[in-house]
Amino acid sequence: MLSKRIIACLDVRAGKLAKSVRFVDTKDIGDPVAKAREYYEQGLDELVLYDITASSEGRGILLEVVARVAAQVFIPFSVGGGLRTVEDCRRVLLAGAEKVNVNTAAVQRPDLIAEAARAFGSQAVVLSMDVRRVPASAAIPSGYEIVTHGGRTPTGLDALAWARRGEALGSGEIVVNSIDADGTKQGYEIGLTRAVAEAVSIPVIASGGGGTPEHLYAALTEGKADAALVASMLHYGEYTVGEIKAYLAKRGLKVRRTT
Amino acid sequence: MITIVDYGVGNLGSIANMLKKIGAKAEVASDPAALRRAEKLILPGVGAFDAGMRKLNESGLTPLLNELVLEKKTPILGLCLGMQLMTRRSEEGVEAGLGWFEAETVRFRFGPEQAHLKIPHMGWNTLEVRRPHPLVADLGPEPRFYFVHSYHVVCADPADVVAWTDYGHPVAAVIARENILGAQFHPEKSHKFGMQLLRNFAERIP
Repeated sequence: MLSKRIIACLDVRAGKLAKSVRFVDTKDIGDPVAKAREYYEQGLDELVLYDITASSEGRGILLEVVARVAAQVFIPFSVGGGLRTVEDCRRVLLAGAEKVNVNTAAVQRPDLIAEAARAFGSQAVVLSMDVRRVPASAAIPSGYEIVTHGGRTPTGLDALAWARRGEALGSGEIVVNSIDADGTKQGYEIGLTRAVAEAVSIPVIASGGGGTPEHLYAALTEGKADAALVASMLHYGEYTVGEIKAYLAKRGLKVRRTT
Repeated sequence: MITIVDYGVGNLGSIANMLKKIGAKAEVASDPAALRRAEKLILPGVGAFDAGMRKLNESGLTPLLNELVLEKKTPILGLCLGMQLMTRRSEEGVEAGLGWFEAETVRFRFGPEQAHLKIPHMGWNTLEVRRPHPLVADLGPEPRFYFVHSYHVVCADPADVVAWTDYGHPVAAVIARENILGAQFHPEKSHKFGMQLLRNFAERIP
């Protein structure tokens, strides 16, 4: 039986680790490669490096970070942030990542998903979506709207419709990031996570709001997610990967134990 | 020296990185002279069966691999698609496989009771060792490996299966016949379990 996955998200700015709180204030909190290694040794299942520099000079630094992570961390990892073309994707995959995360660029040009899936396979293409709760309307019947640019730009796209489209275009997994919950540590947005998980048949990763192991448990059961993304609860040393997994195992979830 | 066969499919750095980490001598190579020198071979692979088979055939390496593997009996480990290429054919395509195993690669098909299972089979799953084999020695209790695949291998002779994993039904995870070995998962991404498996390949496979 498959294990539920715990995925750590490292926001990287100019090669340094940063953690955003509600997407506005970001502060540097260390070396992403050292953090990646620390979590790997704790038994982490998977890693996401998210480049929040998204500038051309930052790009080269990111590829260096990717290569250093690949040389030391033997679990799957994906890279996202500012990937706009198949060539951008190819560069991070060749540097050692397994998967690419596409977000804003895919909203602007959905064919990017299809092109990347054709070039590298669906298993390598993760559609990452930032979602904000809005009043339900004819255009957005679910009451969940896709937003871009770190939550600043509404798109008029319904999150469930976009998730289905992403799957049809060939993405192999979907990260559902709640902008409302992001950085609050008050728990994942369960209703949203579950609605997306029920709308598609590819794995769904809950993101935004995880603050305690109980929050992960809720996302992986009630929220029907296959995996949960964690950031601050690890970055600030509040929990280790082992502590989170021990909790989930105690509650009866299948997780990969390394010790 | 373990030689990772480069036929233009995927990023081979991860496998080389892990072999380096466990202190095994390894190189990534595509030229016939390097392959002839190899004590052991790794046949990697990601993506679709036909694309992989065509790349391998276009590289011109297929006859040499047949010679090294079938006549010279060089140990070879196929990983993920690399293992599937060792079968006769795949439902994923029309190209003939290498046919080193009496086996076929078929798509996951689930009945109504398994309708909740997603395809691809992606993530960490447990290995159930069916028979002792040096490749799966000392993995410890509940070894878990990282899988990503939509097709799986069915061996005509179940004795070729060394270890299973369970995804809706038993799925061949490690297969072996003489010098020819295959793993459906990605040891290079499977933490300490993958490291032990590659160490076994490097040190315990004669």
